[in-house]
Amino acid sequence: MTRYRGNPQAIRDLIRPTEVHRDVYIDPEVFQLEMEHLFANTWVYVGHASQIPNPGDYVTTEIGRQPVLMSRHSDGTIHVLYNRCPHKGVKVASEACGNTGKFFRCPYHAWSFKTDGSLLAIPLKKGYEGTHLQEKEAVKGLAPVGGVHVYRDFVFARLNPVGQSFEEFFGDALSSIDNMVDRSPEGKLVLEGAPSRYMHPCNWKMLVENQTDTCHPMVAHESSAGTAVSVWEREAAKGGRKPMAVEVYAPFMAPYEFFEKMGIRVWPNGHGHTGVTTSIHADYSAVPGYMDQMVAAYGEERAKRILGENRHNTVYFPNIMVKGPIQTLRLFKPIAADKTLVESYTFRLVGAPDMLFERTLMYNRLINAPTSIVGHDDLEMYERAQLGLHSDGLEWVNVERLYEDGEEPDATAVINGTSERQMRNQFQAWAKFMTMSMDDATAPAKSGAAA
Amino acid sequence: MSAVTQDDLVRFVYREARLLDEMEFDQWLALFTEDGHYWMPGEWRQTDPRLQASLMYEDMLLLRIRVERLSNARTFSQKPRSRCQHVLQVPQVDEMDEAANRYRTYTPFHYVETRGDEKEWYAGWARHELAVVDGALKIRLKRVDLVNFDAPFGNIQLFM
Ligand code: FES
Ligand SMILES: [Fe+2]
Repeated sequence: MTRYRGNPQAIRDLIRPTEVHRDVYIDPEVFQLEMEHLFANTWVYVGHASQIPNPGDYVTTEIGRQPVLMSRHSDGTIHVLYNRCPHKGVKVASEACGNTGKFFRCPYHAWSFKTDGSLLAIPLKKGYEGTHLQEKEAVKGLAPVGGVHVYRDFVFARLNPVGQSFEEFFGDALSSIDNMVDRSPEGKLVLEGAPSRYMHPCNWKMLVENQTDTCHPMVAHESSAGTAVSVWEREAAKGGRKPMAVEVYAPFMAPYEFFEKMGIRVWPNGHGHTGVTTSIHADYSAVPGYMDQMVAAYGEERAKRILGENRHNTVYFPNIMVKGPIQTLRLFKPIAADKTLVESYTFRLVGAPDMLFERTLMYNRLINAPTSIVGHDDLEMYERAQLGLHSDGLEWVNVERLYEDGEEPDATAVINGTSERQMRNQFQAWAKFMTMSMDDATAPAKSGAAA
Repeated sequence: MSAVTQDDLVRFVYREARLLDEMEFDQWLALFTEDGHYWMPGEWRQTDPRLQASLMYEDMLLLRIRVERLSNARTFSQKPRSRCQHVLQVPQVDEMDEAANRYRTYTPFHYVETRGDEKEWYAGWARHELAVVDGALKIRLKRVDLVNFDAPFGNIQLFM
């Protein structure tokens, strides 16, 4: 039975101003439609240019569930191509990353493609003499995605060839990427360190929502951050300075008032961030020499402005979160309605002291890894939610906290940091991009359809 | 303690695994030197725990936090509790340097961690770097390399 396919109104009805229907998290058909529509109509993060510095370098990944590869062509341009041989469908690149040299060669019958995807050669070409191959899509080579945009080395793609432009889709939200990059005295990031990979038996959107959920740390993380604080209080009596690890853990136990004051900013199209005025990253110890480097590069005023910005979590709808002050990016890869792969990436600030990268890696390890106790707290909650949502007792999830009547979707606003406004913002965008390219098979023919 | 024998090293490694399996975590922590570390690399043949990505790189403070957390009343990810079991190959002795007070062993292992109805298998190689402190062998570094260190795992809550 299909309830949602070809029925955009049914999709819209899953989102109320302050409630979300459980099918958004648990229904396999809704998930399938997300892959076809949401992940096709939005600008989805693919990778970072520093992963493919040289011609022939490539990275394989997915957009939604579409296998794609990101490659560096001989002229230096970056291409995002479907990772599928136009002959019989074999995945052309199978490793996570590598260098393919001047061309990709399919391992099945050796059709080969330039690093921009175009067909280079087919063995025994004369077998196609007098056939109609020239009229087929196959001769175009590896199919490109609908659009690619590289913003300060962050590579995004849109599967659908038509739709919102990159600038229109992200708008001012790009300021969080700007701030992360500007934190390098050379204005450059390199992705370095193996990604932490973490499998979650829950819906991908639970993770995205959690990024701006500021009412859970002091409750869910009492067991990890709270224990860290109490063990440290005992140890501190012995003297010595506060270790970096305690600086990383402790702010997760900050009280509600802290999170209320730090604020949330929402932007159109589902983007938003916590930590407007301050954040859990604001009180790390100074790294010797770093401020001097920044002042030399940007001048004192600008350097202070860059480092004074301490955004906590920025959600780039649909499925990444960026942490500028700690130089990490988390990618929430949907696998099924109840399965999500989380990849956490770490960036080195080019030209900055090693200690900053050490902190980045430590943060990723202590907070985001499958061996992270803070991660254990969160995953436990997602698993319980995924199970609980199958209960027939209630059908709706509540996201009403600090809702204001007449709240404008697709507006820019700064509000109380414990608001669930950014979650509402995401779900409004979700409905918009889900239905943007959906034909309405249920609409009455001709003029009867409601606008 | 009189001169350390190969047998002492082998017995030490077995005993350490048994303390973990029996969840005697306080006794387990007592096996480490105060500057000891537990390291689980996240990269193949990783050489640097600080500027390369690891799954774990824990000093005694972090290990104590972990152990204390396991029995905390509000540790929801330990309701129900996890259990674990180690199967070790005979530890191989890689170094016995009495003058430098450094002893190193290498122990391939299989490890099962279970919680609720779930059971996860891991396999890898444990390397112990030991020293005699106050007459007893202690762990300076326990390094655990997983065969599939780069796979996407669910929660790993105990110690391998
Ligand atoms: S499937 Fe790729 S060359 Fe035949
Ligand atoms: Fe959390």
